[in-house]
Amino acid sequence: MIKTKTFLAAVALASSLMAPAFAAEASAPIEKQTWSFAGIFGTYDENQLQRGFQVYREVCASCHGARLIAFRNLAEYGGPGFSEEQVKALAAEYEVVDPTVEGGVRAGVPADRWPSPFPTEQDARDANGGSLPPDFSVLAKARGLVDPFPSWIFNYFTGYSEGGVDYIRALLLGYHDEVPASAPEGFVLPEGKYYNDYFPGHAIGMAPPLQDEQVTYTPAEGEAEVPLTVEQYATDVAAFMMWMAEPGLVSRKETGFRVMLFLFLFAGLLYLTKRRIWKGIEH
Amino acid sequence: MSEHSTYVPGNAAEKWLDERLPVARFAKEHLMDFPTPKNLNYWWTFGAILVMCLGVQIVTGIILAMHYTPNVNLAFDSVEHIRRDVNGGRIIQATHAVGASMFFAALYIHIFRNLFFGSYKAPREILYILGVIIFILTMAAAFMGYVLPWGQMSFWGATVITNIFSAIPVVGESLLQLLRGGFAVGNPTLNRFFSLHYLLPFVIAALVALHIWALHVPGNNNPIGVDVKSTRDTVPFHPYYTLKDLYAMVLFMIPFAWFIFFAPDILGHPDNYIQANSQVTPTHIVPEWYLLPFYTILRAVDFNILFINSQLGGVIAMGMSMVALLVVPWLDTARVRSGLFRPIFKWFYVLFLINFIGLTYLGAQPAEGIYVTLAKVCTAYYFIHFFVVLPVLSRIEKPLPLPTSISESVLGKAHA
Amino acid sequence: MVCWLPAASYVIVRGYATLATQAHHSTTRRDFIFVATGAVGAVGAAAVVWPLINQLNPDASTLALASIEFDLAAIPEGQSVTITWRGLPVFVRHRTPAEIEEARSVPLSELKDPQTDEERTKEGHAQWLIMVANCTHLGCVPIGDSGDFDGWFCPCHGSHYDTAGRIRQGPAPTNLVVPPYQFISDTLVQIG
Repeated sequence: MIKTKTFLAAVALASSLMAPAFAAEASAPIEKQTWSFAGIFGTYDENQLQRGFQVYREVCASCHGARLIAFRNLAEYGGPGFSEEQVKALAAEYEVVDPTVEGGVRAGVPADRWPSPFPTEQDARDANGGSLPPDFSVLAKARGLVDPFPSWIFNYFTGYSEGGVDYIRALLLGYHDEVPASAPEGFVLPEGKYYNDYFPGHAIGMAPPLQDEQVTYTPAEGEAEVPLTVEQYATDVAAFMMWMAEPGLVSRKETGFRVMLFLFLFAGLLYLTKRRIWKGIEH
Repeated sequence: MSEHSTYVPGNAAEKWLDERLPVARFAKEHLMDFPTPKNLNYWWTFGAILVMCLGVQIVTGIILAMHYTPNVNLAFDSVEHIRRDVNGGRIIQATHAVGASMFFAALYIHIFRNLFFGSYKAPREILYILGVIIFILTMAAAFMGYVLPWGQMSFWGATVITNIFSAIPVVGESLLQLLRGGFAVGNPTLNRFFSLHYLLPFVIAALVALHIWALHVPGNNNPIGVDVKSTRDTVPFHPYYTLKDLYAMVLFMIPFAWFIFFAPDILGHPDNYIQANSQVTPTHIVPEWYLLPFYTILRAVDFNILFINSQLGGVIAMGMSMVALLVVPWLDTARVRSGLFRPIFKWFYVLFLINFIGLTYLGAQPAEGIYVTLAKVCTAYYFIHFFVVLPVLSRIEKPLPLPTSISESVLGKAHA
Repeated sequence: MVCWLPAASYVIVRGYATLATQAHHSTTRRDFIFVATGAVGAVGAAAVVWPLINQLNPDASTLALASIEFDLAAIPEGQSVTITWRGLPVFVRHRTPAEIEEARSVPLSELKDPQTDEERTKEGHAQWLIMVANCTHLGCVPIGDSGDFDGWFCPCHGSHYDTAGRIRQGPAPTNLVVPPYQFISDTLVQIG
């Protein structure tokens, strides 16, 4: 049995060897949130995704595209749980570019990707004071946070994958009207930029996008009233961005449970088989 | 090759085949009846685990290539297309990406097992050198594979690593352009990396076949490092080691599956979810963890040595770190193979292992402050271990008494 | 390298046979463990192989376009348009009463691939003829308003189709294929 223990120790050692993930550097530590989709049992909260979608659509989508998201994704398993009809109606509200039809644009269908808010990257920059609003499709996985030693080691065992959403939520809440006392010494805010605690370099091109009561939520049946605050909006839209970046999370974990169960069973049986075979052989 | 054949064709068809192409004889002799020391421990299962890893990478890789587009404008989105739209694509892609890390985890364990038990010593030098070549080619394949998703880390990793060749005097610049197919990393680079990334695993597979051939000439080393004396020391490979290896493979699949299904991105880097941009370098560029020890050695030389500038110096140091591995059989001339019977070597080995983990850790840290000094110390010890400690130990160390045979050793253990 | 594949299969077959033989000579418990391990392993292998094959099937973005909706309102009588469905060209023709009459007056006995006009259109929507625009001979796209039967003519090998898209003369063996479709409203049709 000692051999098995050394083997397991080696596996643990190998995994702890793997270097910590670096990410956008933040001056203030980012508070980790309890997300419904965290951990091995985590799944998306449909109501939260629907609220987040509403915030994205009413606030963010005028500047931020989501080119990898198709309307049909909104009705797919493990997502915000819209019905096929809702998605069809939603898609039809948008005009999509299609060079094969007369006039070059037509009404959207569920198979279409989310239309880009700007025709070209240069248009996007011109409309935003030279800054490019990043596409949201995988943004939640393109951001992260730096975990100090030793917690990045534990992350391999807890499967912590919410650094991006924690960062995005913190960023949306990290604005200041004026440069605060906590700013680095000698910090000068360039013209047309805004101070943010968590943005690398602190000078962000995006004006504070959210205000209290900006988006009116309609509570789902049996759901408690959701506060109409910037904090709530930021949390919801961050969750929605996680879904955009990883739409298959729920089914991936479900498959994972079946695979793990199988592996433990098969490993157990193989151990017995192996022991039977080696019985009577001194080794 | 075993001297006498153990294969007797069972029926007329087998006999007919045996006279024409003796595959069944080959399989029986080499994969079933091959005499294997009966005292191999679980560290010896990593050879089989590595064969499995190579197989997983080849199978998933062929599938990914069916859906991937090697073009700078389409590569990033085509990988996302695999994750989002292809049936089971998220799992297959994650298996390939996590598989690279698991492959190296197993490779390092396999190499360190070899270094401890002295498996590189005569008569297994060729077997060992083939292994080191496989290791180097695997690093090349992994590096090129990491470029294919065309994220920020892909692009900047490709830029930094190809720049290594510019350090070569006189021809460096021309060689760099030749490798990249342009003045900077771009579409030609991506296309050739894709082509070579597809080719290399098959070259590696061929070398693995040679590696196993070279293994089957002298047979396995074993934990006590004493040669096999009689058939009492061995058991047939099948069913004893087929089952043991299979059991170890399934155990290995547990952490493998954990990463695939519950943390598929944790071994990667968030910046690689940003499409490649030649105008902006990410704040920290870090290679994948398995390249870090050698990356640290590359960075550690930040001073000129005579007429060699620091850039070339770093590249030479990194090259030498591979050469050191290749020549170990002639640096460590101690006659006792196994570290179990070498009281001083054992401690230096532990130091070397810790030092190597240190090199890995330092590669992920920014090159500033204490990390720079530590990187130099660790790099220095890496070379001292190979070029000073091992040769000196072989002369001065007095090994513990060896058991006369494997059977005696296992019996002793059973009765202890 | 090549020898490894047959060699490996040999090991699997003979290896399991050896195990089974050993099991035969020993206790039932041992037998049970071997059989259970083998069975669980086989299930696992199948579960791994299936996704590796299934990935070859059309992906989600392709399936999303397997069924399309098309608005007929813009097509005037006597005109046709070609649309794309599942990557194939599809003819949508707004037939004149004369064309319909012509198609319906042909006795089935004159047809190479007997099918009535009613079978090729939807009841109450006889003016709409929807069919895949690939000649059933070797796949070329026939030319509209031409041929000896006032329908389509395939320039590749000279097949003539009538106003219901039925093969009348030439090498094509069958009528132009009518895809599965249904009317959602009088002018909106869902193909696929």
